[in-house]
Amino acid sequence: MDYHSPASFVEASALAANATGITRFLAGGTDVLVQLRSDLVTPDTLIDIKKINGVRDITRNADGSWTLGVAATGAEMSEHPELGRDWPGVVEAMDLIGSTQVQGRATLTGNLCNGSPAADSVPAMVAAGVTVTVTGPDGARELAVEDIPTGPGKTALAKGELISAVNIPARGANGGDAYLRFIPRTEMDIAVVGVGVNLRLDGDKIIEARVSLGAVAPTVLLVEDCAKAIIGTTLDEVALDALATAASAACNPIDDKRGTIEFRTEVAGVLAKRTAKIAYARAKGEHA
Amino acid sequence: MALDDRKSEFNFVGTRPDRPDGLDKVTGRAKFGADAYAPGMLHGAILRSPHAHARIIKIDASKAEAHKDVKAVVTRADFSDKPEFKPGLEGEFWNVLENVMAGEKALYDGHAIAAVAATSALAARDALKLIEVEYEVLPHVTDVDKAMAPDAPVIREGAADYSVPAGMHPNVVRYHESGHGEVEAGFAEADLVIEDSFATEATHQGYIEPHACLAMLGNDGKGELWCTTQGHWYAQKYCAAALGIETAQLRVTASEIGGGFGGKTTVFIEPVALALSRKANRPVKLVMSRSEVFRATGPTSSASMDIKIGMKKDGTITGAQGIFRLQGGAFPGAPGDMTAMCGFAPYNLTNVRQVGYDVMANRPKQAAYRAPGAPMGAFAVESVIDELCKKLGLDPIDVRLKNAAHEGTKANYGPTYERIGLVETLEAAKAHPHYAAPLKPGQGRGISCGFWFNHGGETSVSLALSEDGSAQLMVGTPDIGGSRASMALMAAEVLGIPYENIRVTIADTATLGYNDVSHGSRVTYASGLATIKAAKHAVEKLCERAAVKWGIPGDAVKWEDGCAVPSGPNAGDFDPMPLADITADMGATGGPISGHFEATPEGAGVSFGTHIVDAEVDPETGKTSVIRYTVIQDAGKAIHPDYVEGQFQGGAAQGIGWALNEEYVYGEDGRLQNSIFLDYRIPVASDLPMIDTVIVEVPNPGHPFGVRGVGETGIVPPLAAIANAVSNAAGVRMRQLPMSPPRILAALKENG
Ligand SMILES: Cc1cc2nc3c(=O)[nH]c(=O)nc-3n(C[C@H](O)[C@H](O)[C@H](O)COP(=O)(O)OP(=O)(O)OC[C@H]3O[C@@H](n4cnc5c(N)ncnc54)[C@H](O)[C@@H]3O)c2cc1C
Repeated sequence: MDYHSPASFVEASALAANATGITRFLAGGTDVLVQLRSDLVTPDTLIDIKKINGVRDITRNADGSWTLGVAATGAEMSEHPELGRDWPGVVEAMDLIGSTQVQGRATLTGNLCNGSPAADSVPAMVAAGVTVTVTGPDGARELAVEDIPTGPGKTALAKGELISAVNIPARGANGGDAYLRFIPRTEMDIAVVGVGVNLRLDGDKIIEARVSLGAVAPTVLLVEDCAKAIIGTTLDEVALDALATAASAACNPIDDKRGTIEFRTEVAGVLAKRTAKIAYARAKGEHA
Repeated sequence: MALDDRKSEFNFVGTRPDRPDGLDKVTGRAKFGADAYAPGMLHGAILRSPHAHARIIKIDASKAEAHKDVKAVVTRADFSDKPEFKPGLEGEFWNVLENVMAGEKALYDGHAIAAVAATSALAARDALKLIEVEYEVLPHVTDVDKAMAPDAPVIREGAADYSVPAGMHPNVVRYHESGHGEVEAGFAEADLVIEDSFATEATHQGYIEPHACLAMLGNDGKGELWCTTQGHWYAQKYCAAALGIETAQLRVTASEIGGGFGGKTTVFIEPVALALSRKANRPVKLVMSRSEVFRATGPTSSASMDIKIGMKKDGTITGAQGIFRLQGGAFPGAPGDMTAMCGFAPYNLTNVRQVGYDVMANRPKQAAYRAPGAPMGAFAVESVIDELCKKLGLDPIDVRLKNAAHEGTKANYGPTYERIGLVETLEAAKAHPHYAAPLKPGQGRGISCGFWFNHGGETSVSLALSEDGSAQLMVGTPDIGGSRASMALMAAEVLGIPYENIRVTIADTATLGYNDVSHGSRVTYASGLATIKAAKHAVEKLCERAAVKWGIPGDAVKWEDGCAVPSGPNAGDFDPMPLADITADMGATGGPISGHFEATPEGAGVSFGTHIVDAEVDPETGKTSVIRYTVIQDAGKAIHPDYVEGQFQGGAAQGIGWALNEEYVYGEDGRLQNSIFLDYRIPVASDLPMIDTVIVEVPNPGHPFGVRGVGETGIVPPLAAIANAVSNAAGVRMRQLPMSPPRILAALKENG
């Protein structure tokens, strides 16, 4: 196994482009090293991106948007004094991952690129409208988070491409986001269903919404019908029921050791309602 | 806690000093199975079957053997197939060997096929990939009911013993039937008869420390083995037989143990490491991964059960019948008999009949797990009792009190009970504030009783006094629950010297006589009894030495509060002589002073408990939270109450996991789907409420201080108590474990 710690994304990209066999980028390593130790994936080339300048920075830009370095950890996100005020759903979703130890290493980018349909931060990022900057042999491009996963363990990144920044939009006025997952225990588990909701109000009325579902299909879902069900409403019972129905209808889950098709489909609706209520309360300034 | 308020006749017993192994464990100084190293040590790794059931056509290890880092490869051919000179192993020897290393067939996913020793753990792991195995995949079965069906694949022809009635499928290998009275007549007398079927999935003991050992075996037939085990004399006897050497030539040392719960009462990797060592002529260390622990060490059995109970309107049980089918992996040994005997054991029944089946399936060989077999039976029986109470509008504790077994009751499984404490636990439950606390909507309360036999077993203990008056106690039962503290307390009680002045060591097989495994809740009972007697033996000698010093007859001296004193006014007028004054010059008064005791004590004393549980069920997701839990159990006499409470709480915690989320999940291909802790859902700390405990003390007549074992009974009631609480909260009877959210939600939907 070759280990590299390049000083720039361009260098990292070149290393990956020229590598043969299995290549992995090493962010927190909480997926890569676990898979290595358990003999699931033994990379031929391991490219540690943590030595690149600025990869741990969490920056609020002049327009209110945020740029996160690709090695910023869950713990650093939670401890940031302002990020969580703007985007509590994204920060809480990341914070659900693993234990205190895992939080000290795990990153948004790693969670996204590992390609698990159950990744917790991903529906929250999709709901929030997060994009990523991708650096590759042909320069840089920007992709929406929902366009990165293409199937379990698969991403849209081409050979030699890697993510060089995470871009979170400006929160703006009267907005709120939230993420909830269902696990049978209280922590240290993998989502059986995950729901991210982000919305904006005009008075009591929802004028913008994005609803994303995790763990109910081969990839994260951005569900238009869920958004439609609540836009223009005050999130009354009728709207909530329509939201739940749309969420359940969007599910395309599997039966596995973590949950059944029926269960995931049903609980996606239940969680969509609960998540939307939290996001709505946050948009109204009621900080839970 | 009742115990603190009670005036005790003991000076040390019943107090709560720090455990002697505490500092070692919190500082990392304690040496567990994987913490041993030896010069020139190699690392072993085991190749495991990817098939649930397959004939091994050919194993070609030539590429692995040729690899520069590989020093040895072993297969079944490297073990002795006959325990020629080993009494006591006849029945199980072949089964354990077959489990340790597959013979003609791989019998389950994870079954060991071959092993290598190499210069590093990574090299060993990679070398496994060089071994080519040709399999003929065979049809498999993992479900207990399907394994008994006529069309089930036969796992091993001829494995059944004489007890199995003719006409049963060859996978049924043992049969048990017992009881008394006429159950049909009993049902006819009842006002209400309920008959229901129940199922439980296999769960793993879930000890945090994977199996690990360091083995050395020379071509001279002399060996050393360091391993994490609940019983190193068993490991010694077994490994010696499997390697074809004399038992006494293998010295086994038990490491500090990171949990066992019954799962470390047998061997898995130890004979393999020894065989590799002998072949490589180097020490070999073998450490299992968590996934290997799940796939190839003992989970408990899965079960399918039919219960029929008749009750009168006043709560009297008129008839009770249970059929218990236990699946124990691809080997005989599932505790169908235990399940059958324990289910109705808390009750004084006129008409009772129980049948137990031991059934083989393509799963790992089941191993003991705290009160093996009893929790499943209690789940089924106590669920039906709860249902009867509900339908007849009776209080579940009153009904259990009405039918409770007591001294003189002829037990459902045959014997007549001596003094037992079931009624006392039920009365304590009824009086506990928990039982009267109000419940909110969506919450439900459940109670259950539970029974376990407890065990004595071969026991040998030695005690040696030092010249400064401190004492070393050597016991042979690995400390799986704080027993070193309890032993020191019991020795302190007899010797009359401070707890802190006694060091308790788990002796290796070369320094003490044979000891049965730490199982059957036997350690505080049996090693405790032997400790007391060994200390008394030393006290006799101390009195003799004092008598010599005083120039009076030996029987004119008695022992009081750590001193020799004249036994009466006629014996003479001497100041009390402290222990340390006697040991200071013991070399001159007759030599070293030590005490010893060995026996197979028979008076373990059966044990009962009653649990109260409150649960809340989310009706939209089916998720259960256990919000309050109280364990009430008869300990006979709590030597170190902290560790008694720890056993109670641990039983409840493991029971909560078993009831709610833990399960072995097999795919269509017969492979285990969830062989890591991420998907094998043991409760995490935040899943558990504070588990309250009440120690009831109805002394066991078979122990000098009244001890009854407490290690196992605590896991018997939880499955039923939680199922009753969940069923009451959800408004629908849950008859299958685990009561995972998908299963509860499906039951709620079905119920409308
Ligand atoms: C005990 C434990 C509990 C966990 N619990 C959860 C949980 O609750 N929820 C959950 O969603 N996950 C969980 N995980 C999984 C894991 O922690 C997360 O997926 C984490 O976010 C991965 O981040 P990382 O930085 O450690 O990624 P790494 O392991 O470093 O990398 C993961 C993947 O991302 C790729 N990658 C990393 N950086 C880049 C980049 N810049 N560009 C392109 N590709 C890149 C790597 O090649 C690799 O394929 C858990 C893991 C453990 C060990």
